[in-house]
Amino acid sequence: MQLYDMPDARGHFGQYGGTFVAETLVEALDELRMTYEKYRHDPVFLAELAYDLKYFVGRPSPIYHAKRWSDRVGGAQIYLKREDLNHTGAHKVNNTVGQALLAKRMGKPRVIAETGAGQHGVATATIAARLGLECVVYMGSEDIKRQAPNVYRMKLLGATVVPVESGSKTLKDALNEAMRDWVTNVHNTFYIIGTVAGPHPYPMMVRDFQAVIGVEAKQQMQEMVGRQPDAVVACVGGGSNAMGIFYPYIDVPNVRLIGVEAAGLGMETGKHAAPLTANSPVGVLHGNRTYLMQDVDGNIIETHSISAGLDYPGVGPEHAWLKDIKRAEYVAVTDDEAMTAFHSLCRTEGIIPALESSHALAYAEKLAKTMSKDKIVLVNLSGRGDKDINTVAKLANITL
Amino acid sequence: MSRIQSVFATLKQQGKTALIPYITAGDPHPKCTVSLMHTLVKYGADMIELGVPFSDPMADGPVIQRASERALLHKVGLTTVLEMVKTFRETDQNTPIILMGYANPIEAIGALAFADRAKAADVDGVITVDYPPEECGEFVKELRARDIDPVFLLSPTTEPKRVELIVSQASGFVYYVSLKGVTGAANLDIAEVAERVASIRQKTNLPVGVGFGIRDAATAKATAAIADAVVVGSRMVLAIEASNEDNLLSNVATLMIELKAAVDAA
Repeated sequence: MQLYDMPDARGHFGQYGGTFVAETLVEALDELRMTYEKYRHDPVFLAELAYDLKYFVGRPSPIYHAKRWSDRVGGAQIYLKREDLNHTGAHKVNNTVGQALLAKRMGKPRVIAETGAGQHGVATATIAARLGLECVVYMGSEDIKRQAPNVYRMKLLGATVVPVESGSKTLKDALNEAMRDWVTNVHNTFYIIGTVAGPHPYPMMVRDFQAVIGVEAKQQMQEMVGRQPDAVVACVGGGSNAMGIFYPYIDVPNVRLIGVEAAGLGMETGKHAAPLTANSPVGVLHGNRTYLMQDVDGNIIETHSISAGLDYPGVGPEHAWLKDIKRAEYVAVTDDEAMTAFHSLCRTEGIIPALESSHALAYAEKLAKTMSKDKIVLVNLSGRGDKDINTVAKLANITL
Repeated sequence: MSRIQSVFATLKQQGKTALIPYITAGDPHPKCTVSLMHTLVKYGADMIELGVPFSDPMADGPVIQRASERALLHKVGLTTVLEMVKTFRETDQNTPIILMGYANPIEAIGALAFADRAKAADVDGVITVDYPPEECGEFVKELRARDIDPVFLLSPTTEPKRVELIVSQASGFVYYVSLKGVTGAANLDIAEVAERVASIRQKTNLPVGVGFGIRDAATAKATAAIADAVVVGSRMVLAIEASNEDNLLSNVATLMIELKAAVDAA
């Protein structure tokens, strides 16, 4: 059997991925690519990364059998990979720890990041504080409104949060602004991209740093139940938590990989953030070629999701590839379905999930219902929902 | 010989530097664009760089971002821009038009179909900010097969080896971005630009245009002394932004007269 080996040397996953950037950034990306190639198999680097993941992040994160919720759903057994228990409350920190170690080796005193829900911004501010790096986080002003607690956390950690007022004032615009900063300050600045998108080597590098999720899960499932799950389910915005748990499973037969996008107000309304499910046209944005929500002129259209972390018009190029080769399936659930799953998990398991992760939970529930009790569904619970309590309270007309 | 090449050849004989103003198509309103283009030519534009509005102009500073947003309010996309070029050509068959924009509007049409339509509209050159030569081989082939010049950007961070790769793909001219940063940024270091332009000339006989950071007569003059073309973008767009319907063309004319005199004086 031929093992999965992607991307190619220039960062292509079939027709997807690549390096579609302005000339000013080419040199910086070459430098990053060479640095990453140098260290990705370096035992000293990997030992330092492993140390940070264990003692700073708190890995490995446990897998938890959600028995009561599984019984209530009445089908397959649902297991949760508890990325919500990481330091800073989500999977994002796995990647920022890795990239910050690279920044340190490259001698860059300043790091920048884009953020949607604020989890990646917090994770970047956290690691910057620990390593004594200057940190600037770009965040859409619309997202700043809906994620106020995370904005304050970043400030407490010493980061500068820059509101982005252009375009739709969300994640994609924050990414544009971070790119502009990087073009200008490329000599002293490391751009820590938070998802498996952007120009090469980011989609590959972020996937590699997040793959610790799947590597652990494989071992933990073996120890807990003596076998691998029948399906692995994860939410997909840019797609970093999904790539992290999918990647080590790609060559494992009989494990379904299911990415759950945000259907927002419903696929039929057009107000969603699900380019894979909608079969959006392929295009180029933020340095890579992928499925993109766009109009006939190739302008990016506004997306909608209750969850800021999924509110992105594109998707990591490797997901586009996995969809095309049919190794992964992509589905979408609405805001309402995600909210229902959010409340279910709170009440049956005592876990408050992030709204992003609630999308994966909602689909896992649907799927588990169609399966027998001896089957296993593993959900990547990518983050905790503390940051979302204002959004949830507002839906119930409660002011905190 | 393409229109761009013949303009450069003529200017060279006269010992002159080309002045290339940039405007975003559809800014401030689609009905103004063609008359703005004619005004630019009347007051000294040797070629025109016509920006294609895009929702996510990552390499542009706030001034050109706002121009894009104004144009997009009126739904000006690549198809409309090509129609504008066609209309312009009804009364001007001499001035080269170079489209400048991002990859995705081209991808939405398809490289081959775009090349056909650009040819039909009589476009002379295309600058695609986020198409580095490694990613656009087919596109460049389609353009060159139709005598449309693919114009590439070179930056202060471009390594000498890469300059060789880029000039091997480019035709018409190469465009040296004189600053690290987005369009409209400050602090142009003329001595450094002169050094870089000289080293680019060692690699190619193509004319070298310089842009990014040219904000007044003084910087235009200093740049003209070392380059084959001076590109003025954000300053042009600021003049448009500061105008109303009545003084738009006269404000743009005033700025052009000032810039043209500066470039010719170099």
